[in-house]
Amino acid sequence: MNTLNNAVLIAKDPGWLIAVKGVLVFAICVLCTLMAVWAERRVLAKMQLRTGPNRVGKFGLLQSLADGVKLALKEDIIPAAADKVVFILAPIIATSMCFMAFAVIPMTGEVNLFGQKTALQMTDLPVSVLYILAVTSIGVYGVVLAGWSSGSTYPLLGGLRSSAQVISYEIAMGLSLVAVFIYAGSMSTSTIVGSQHQHIWNAVVLFPSFVIYVISMVGETNRAPFDLAEAEGELVGGFHTEYSSLKFALFFLAEYVNIIAVSALATTLFLGGYHALPGLGFTESWLGGWFTLVWFFLKVIFFFFIFMWLRATLPRLRYDQFMKFGWKVLIPVSLVWILIVASLRVLQQEGAPRIATIAFAVGIVLLVMAASSLIDRSKAKARAPQPEGDAPNFPIPSLPEVNSINVSGGK
Amino acid sequence: MSDFIEKKNSGQADINSVPFSEVEQPGPAPLAQQAKGFWVTFSSMFKKNQTVQYPDVKAPTQPRFHGRHQLNRHPDGLEKCIGCELCAWACPADAIYVEGGNNTPGNQLSPGERHGAVYQINYLRCIFCGLCVEACPTRALTMTNEYELADDKREKLIFEKEDLLAPLRQGMLAPPHPMYPGMTDTNYYNGDVKEAHPSQAMNGDK
Repeated sequence: MNTLNNAVLIAKDPGWLIAVKGVLVFAICVLCTLMAVWAERRVLAKMQLRTGPNRVGKFGLLQSLADGVKLALKEDIIPAAADKVVFILAPIIATSMCFMAFAVIPMTGEVNLFGQKTALQMTDLPVSVLYILAVTSIGVYGVVLAGWSSGSTYPLLGGLRSSAQVISYEIAMGLSLVAVFIYAGSMSTSTIVGSQHQHIWNAVVLFPSFVIYVISMVGETNRAPFDLAEAEGELVGGFHTEYSSLKFALFFLAEYVNIIAVSALATTLFLGGYHALPGLGFTESWLGGWFTLVWFFLKVIFFFFIFMWLRATLPRLRYDQFMKFGWKVLIPVSLVWILIVASLRVLQQEGAPRIATIAFAVGIVLLVMAASSLIDRSKAKARAPQPEGDAPNFPIPSLPEVNSINVSGGK
Repeated sequence: MSDFIEKKNSGQADINSVPFSEVEQPGPAPLAQQAKGFWVTFSSMFKKNQTVQYPDVKAPTQPRFHGRHQLNRHPDGLEKCIGCELCAWACPADAIYVEGGNNTPGNQLSPGERHGAVYQINYLRCIFCGLCVEACPTRALTMTNEYELADDKREKLIFEKEDLLAPLRQGMLAPPHPMYPGMTDTNYYNGDVKEAHPSQAMNGDK
């Protein structure tokens, strides 16, 4: 695998090959969803000392297929109060957008597809990652419109929650990606994969970005513990309460394709994409290069496992805690981190002596320590009892006479 | 007029004088403690799971599990139920319907004067509390361990007397037949009758 850049490789693709790859990517997404639903139910069951679906096909592998058929055969209800056009459009938007994100994900290195030297990546844009962010945020329209057009209260609340949630977490997500752009010097997915192959995984060098991305991708996909938009205990089904039959199935599909898409993006940007683990580079030429697809999916499965693990372990967050975490922790931390990465990058590019870089890093550590101790002190101060002062010297309205409270034990 | 209405405790209760202390909010748990929770779910994956593969594997119930009812018989085959309706009166779910009938020389179903002519339990109503079993004065009504009580018609879940009666066992004769010679219903009640007497067999019975 001496080709570092898929962009050059796939630029010569004839039109029919792009179409074939499109079908292939679509098929992979749908197949992954079927497997993911099954795997999630099985793993979750294992974590709860249950067996999970095991009756349809070997190990219950065909369970999600059976569920899909069942959903398709169910009665499709459009509520009388619903805005029909938008109601039908919403699941279509939600589903199609998350499939589109896969167009720029490089899934293999150089492979031979129908006699053509190419890579399993439909297209490569100089701004692929921005394209993914744009497409996934259009996907949110599906959820919001579904909630709004249902003509019902719970879906509306679910849709509103979901929009607020996705917007706030997309900021943190976008900011965590900025560090990757700075480090790789590109927004093209294949270039980012290539730069990680040359140096080291971004998950190692940009560990804070990686952590922030992983947290915000869970928030972005409305998954537990951030599944406030469809909190069963509070909002029935959230935005999809009024949906049934195939339209509901489309939302279901969208949710899982979305999970796979953000996992694939995480793999591409932080875990070296389709390349093998360090030290196992010789495996990449197996099966004529197709073995890279296995590596890619192993990494995606790793992220998907994190999704399942979180769902099995953590209870749902309260809405205000969730927003507080997003705006007051994730976003400031990623902003500070970007500043640090950018400064280091500039120092490196300007050819600063090593000692200057080290001094800068030490300075940052000292600053962080000072800031945290300051915060601690201000917290302690806030907790300390306030000294009692005189009555305020501005007019305050008198309290209404209270009849029922008698704490002083008078007559 | 305003003097007439006395203000209770006026001027004494000041809402600002109510003593209060700020509730200490526990912050997030330390990271090691949070990791512990993740370890619980992860390690559970490798433990033996608790699921019973039900239709394939039927785990035995506890010996005193409250399952379907059974109407018992005396050792000679006569029914223990005397149609007293105490079970029906005890039932909190109104699931039991009983009609008593007179025992006649040609139609002796149970020892003594009376038998249960109609006996129905509606398993759509029954809550398996067992109060009927406690109420039964003759131990006619007990519960089995059978729990597979599902069907596709409401009518099928109203069990008649024939469905509930215990099967005839060794030494029993199918009623109606006369009582054991020389025995009263008190003897039956005390368990003095151990098996059917040949003279009890009516025409057609062996």
